[in-house]
Order: sequence, then structure tokens, then C-alpha cells
Amino acid sequence: MQYYLMLAALLFVIGLFGVITRRNTIGILMSLELMFNAANINLVAFNRYISGDGLTGQMFAVFIIVVAAAEATIGLAIVLLIYRNWRGIDTDNYSVMKW
Amino acid sequence: MGDPGSVGVAFWILAAVILVSGFLVVSLKNIFHCALFLMLCLTGVAGIFVLLHAEFLAAAQVLIYVGAVSVLIIFAIMLTSNLARKKIVQTNQNALVAFISCLIFVVGALWLIKGTEVWNFTTGSLPADNVMTIGKLLMTQFMLPFEVVSVLLVAAMIGAIVLARGEEA
Repeated sequence: MQYYLMLAALLFVIGLFGVITRRNTIGILMSLELMFNAANINLVAFNRYISGDGLTGQMFAVFIIVVAAAEATIGLAIVLLIYRNWRGIDTDNYSVMKW
Repeated sequence: MGDPGSVGVAFWILAAVILVSGFLVVSLKNIFHCALFLMLCLTGVAGIFVLLHAEFLAAAQVLIYVGAVSVLIIFAIMLTSNLARKKIVQTNQNALVAFISCLIFVVGALWLIKGTEVWNFTTGSLPADNVMTIGKLLMTQFMLPFEVVSVLLVAAMIGAIVLARGEEA
């Protein structure tokens, strides 16, 4: 099971690196999906090897998938709105909420 | 699920596919290619779910992520990015600092996983009929989260429509 956890850790870090370094907002959202998937791998691996008879880990993963889908929908709608107002979706274009 | 040897080989192949395509997702210059590699990576994660006896999750992963979310992302890329401008710098100035901090994080995590001696492995096995058990659990033990998540989905749908409809309405 340690190999599954290592795979999940590596995937999570790849997603984290993408979130920090991407300039494109859609790139950030895609990296976020990678991080969600790393968490799901962890949950399912623990469910398989530790929890035994139950399916609680898999139920958690199902709910995480649903929440990630909702997040992607809202995020992309916001991206479209930003593009319509600023003619670009790079994160250094819009800093109006900074002060 | 096959003998342990073939499961191991399948795991290593899937892990290589996931990590390589995941790295390409965060490093390629062309954002459209990134989306395509994201689909490959998510398909690999579905394969990992099959190896872990989570058949329902694998199917949901293919349907929701590879099917719906990726298509949504590709739509957004088509609507926003200027794909003709190929030579866009996709990273910002934080790259080196981010790389160092991520390296520290992953070394710590791997060290922690490697160093743990006691895992309390179970001897029990998962229910054989994966989909049926998940359906029963959704209707009994996880009834309330199920309903809450339905409300969340409706709210997300309405929110997306309202956000993307624009000014004229």
C-alpha cells in the first residue's frame, strides 16, 4: 500500500507545483484536479488495505468527485466572466482585489 | 483480480503513465496539450481504482472526469485562450521557489510513508458486489450527505448559468 501512498504524494506535489507556478487560470484549475485525484487515490487505498469490510473511503471519494465537478463548473464560469471583462485569463492581468 | 505479479506490473505501468502525464500537464507550454495529457492522467487514475477493487469509482472517474470535466476544460480553453500565440510563457517568477518547496514537501511525505512501521493492515476483504453495496450505502448510511451534495450540484448549476449569462439579462 505504501506504493499507492507514494504515487498519491507525488501526484499531489505535481499538482501543487502547477497551482503555484501556472500563470493561466485554466492551468491552475487543471492542477487542482490533479490534487483532487491524489487525495482520492489515498482514500481508496486506505479503504482497500486498512478499513476492511466497509466502503466508507470509496463513499468519500464519490463525494469528492461530485464536489470537484461542481468546483470545475463554477471555476470555468468565473474564468469565462473574467475573460469577458479583462480580455485575458492570466493571473497577473487582474489584481483589482489586491490592495 | 489476477495474480499479484501482474497486478504489480499493471501498477508500475499506470504509475508511470500518471506521473509522466501529470508532469506534462504542469510543464507544457501549450495549454491545449495540457488538457489532453490531463485526460490521459485521469484515465490512469481510473486504472489505479480498478487495481484497488473500486470498480464503481473507476467508472465514475471515466464518466465524470475524462468525459465531462475534461470536455468542459477544453471548451473553456477554446473560448478564452489565444491558441495562435504559441509562445506564451506559462509560468511566473515563482518557479524556482515553488520547485524547492515542493521538493521539500515530497521528500518529507515520502520519508514519512517509508518510515512508518505499523500500518494495521486488515485481513477483511471488500464486498464483492461493489456497485450494489455503494447504492445501498447511499440510500441508508449516507442519505444526508447524498441529499446535501444534490443541493450543492443544483446550486453550482444555477450559479454557473447566472455567472456565464452575461450582462444583457
